[in-house]
Amino acid sequence: MSRRIVGPFNRVEGDLEISLEIKDGTVEAAWVNSPLYRGFEQMLTGRDPRDAIAVTPRICGICSVAQSLASAMALADAQEIAPPPNGALMRNIILATENVADHLTHFYMFFMPDFARPIYEGEPWHDEAIARYKAVEGMAVREMLAARAAFMHIMGMLAGHWPHTLGLQPGGTTHAIDGAGQARVLATLAAFRRFLESRLFGDRLESVTSNGSGADLERWAKLPGPQASDFVAFLRISKALDLGQLGRTSGRFMSYGAYEMEGAHFFRRGIYEAGTTGTLDPALITEDLSSAWFAHRNGARHPSRGVTIPDANATNAYTWCKAPRLDGKVVEVGAIARQVVDGNPLIVDLVRSGGSNVATRVIARLIEIALLVPALEEWTRRITPHEPFFKQGGIPDNAEGAGLIEAARGSLGHWLTIKNGRILNYQIIAPTTWNFSPRDHRGTPGACEQALAGAPVRQGETEPVAVQHIVRSFDPCMVCTVH
Amino acid sequence: MVLDAGHTSMKTLLWLQSGGCGGCTLSLICAEQPDFITALEIAGIRLLWHPSLSEATGSELRSVIDDVRAGIMPLDILCLEGSVIHGPDGTGRFHLQAGTSTPMKELIADLARRAGTVIAIGSCAAFGGITASGANQVEASGLAFDGAEPGGLLGGEFRSRSGFPVINISGCPIHPDWVVETLFQLGRENLKPSDLDNFGRPRFYADHLVHHGCPRNEYYEYKASAEQLSNLGCLMEHLGCMATQVHADCNIRLWNGHGSCTRGGYPCISCTEPQFERTAHSFFETPKLAGIPIGLPTDMPKAWFVALAALSKAATPHRVKSNAVSDYIVTPPVGQKGKKGK
Repeated sequence: MSRRIVGPFNRVEGDLEISLEIKDGTVEAAWVNSPLYRGFEQMLTGRDPRDAIAVTPRICGICSVAQSLASAMALADAQEIAPPPNGALMRNIILATENVADHLTHFYMFFMPDFARPIYEGEPWHDEAIARYKAVEGMAVREMLAARAAFMHIMGMLAGHWPHTLGLQPGGTTHAIDGAGQARVLATLAAFRRFLESRLFGDRLESVTSNGSGADLERWAKLPGPQASDFVAFLRISKALDLGQLGRTSGRFMSYGAYEMEGAHFFRRGIYEAGTTGTLDPALITEDLSSAWFAHRNGARHPSRGVTIPDANATNAYTWCKAPRLDGKVVEVGAIARQVVDGNPLIVDLVRSGGSNVATRVIARLIEIALLVPALEEWTRRITPHEPFFKQGGIPDNAEGAGLIEAARGSLGHWLTIKNGRILNYQIIAPTTWNFSPRDHRGTPGACEQALAGAPVRQGETEPVAVQHIVRSFDPCMVCTVH
Repeated sequence: MVLDAGHTSMKTLLWLQSGGCGGCTLSLICAEQPDFITALEIAGIRLLWHPSLSEATGSELRSVIDDVRAGIMPLDILCLEGSVIHGPDGTGRFHLQAGTSTPMKELIADLARRAGTVIAIGSCAAFGGITASGANQVEASGLAFDGAEPGGLLGGEFRSRSGFPVINISGCPIHPDWVVETLFQLGRENLKPSDLDNFGRPRFYADHLVHHGCPRNEYYEYKASAEQLSNLGCLMEHLGCMATQVHADCNIRLWNGHGSCTRGGYPCISCTEPQFERTAHSFFETPKLAGIPIGLPTDMPKAWFVALAALSKAATPHRVKSNAVSDYIVTPPVGQKGKKGK
């Protein structure tokens, strides 16, 4: 038995260190440490509630819009207002644009480069992986960066800029577009669709999403168009390395529901376990501080009553990350959770047969890109120029509010208490706080810690490549995790 | 593929992140024509390591850093994104480097002493930024500034090997071009310390005000003000906009192809300036004294401003007045076709 510390972990957002206990070439146990603490929850105490919209996006540069929308929703809940239809559509468009860009960045910039590592020398697919996906040098990342930057013009047109827009407000969005602006967004989407259909998928998005099972996907992947695509290159490598067997969690999933319109979600809210979906009761969410460097660790609390007081000397602690639990249990969040909860037939089939694993996490993200771009087109068409985008609301003296949304990486919640017109308490649970949570008071490891147990370690490896695939398959955002 | 023939030696660049959100890197990879990776190549810069772009992880990175610290690998450019974290109680334990448990502030200080040029990427690394807001419990500072005061981790007198103070590319986030054009100039070796302003910011963007090029300028001229965030009018009088005082060219070069804060319908919150995070009032509200905004335009005598504002308000055309409080243009300009030639 040997203990090994892996870090600094890169091509994840923010700082990450992982301790591994290794025995006979296998990871026996893992401890995930988020080594950076900034204290956003305390920064907000005493501020004007409206300022949460300027401060919270700066928790994270990659989930910036998600943070600002969660904060706008928490304020809207406290103010008891809702945006006009155009404002609701714009929220969805702006959030989906960020989420799609994040999935794309993850695939090309964070995840695929590991297949070009020297450890895979001699594998039949390795030369192709080097030419196309090698970090900095591969051709794919530059193609993606150009397509992504052009796609992000949507943010310039609708939200001023990205990241850190102030354009998402409790009462809607701050910039009304006219028919010309609407046409320009549609044109940008059309150009982006071309990139996706020619490079990422090698087929129409609608054909990609019509695959209803793992068997369908395998058949589709053999067609000449898809065969030359980056998605299918991943599927081939994934099959060769058996990534469908790697990085399993307990298989309990949660989604707050994504892209709300008229009281319903485009991707449904709920939980999923062992083949069945259920309703989500947000009152059952708690944060356990047993393994984190915080004071006041007695008893897990609902985030609306949460406390954040850092204590670098707390005993038996190994991270700045709290341990969120749903009804006392670990859940996994992210695209895979959203899609399985929503009942996407392909992802449901893959999860039924193989549980939660590295391959299905990546597939779910790419399927989500293919689902969201047509939705973006539809939402943009539904905007009615010269109708309002924004409704003014007043800040109540005393109120509580919650904003529960889905960021690219999964469920993001903001809980806010206003007293005498100022923020009394502000608590945030980010997606990676769920996935990369430490052990709770029962000693139950978090989702990533579970996924790492059983990972193979090859001869002579310092940073086991399997560990890297597993960690990056969650697309962790460590700056959000601790905030 | 470099900007000048004759510059064949590649410069090395190491990029570290500390107390920040990573948003400057995310903004930077929105760089266009060329993309950021191609821009580095053109600037003649070789990445030793970047947290979001490089292959090397864990021990592979640690050996890169060891080589730099041992003087085996020359370091031409050090970029820090995010503020330096000194807390708790000066120990730096709020940010230990993953894998080594070294306080990041110690690693940064050591590398800065060895680097040819040190660049602070974003307002956190420059001044402390949003991480230093509120009670600044984590004791965040910039590299060579603590808020608006020289100091920070390296001290106000710090000069890197090339004789430069820390180059502060402030902004929350930075505009990709601010970084790329600084790197281009460093690659060409034609950037001089006099190209930086008093806060160490490259003057090519910091000698402008965010107000310059703002499409709301006509509303500003007449003090025709927006009453709520979605309105077309000027955001200065009621909604907290500080564009007339803030150094940056946001409305000249535009963001993500089309945008800026004021074009997006919300105020400039002064994110390129030291201590923008420390407002006594809400970001979305203009503090006033006897009905007059406290923060008046840079360089403008207060009495003149008040007099001119009163005059221009009285002279505001109906078109400007009505559009200012609408979300769309409700009164278009009158055309010239009614004018008849003799």
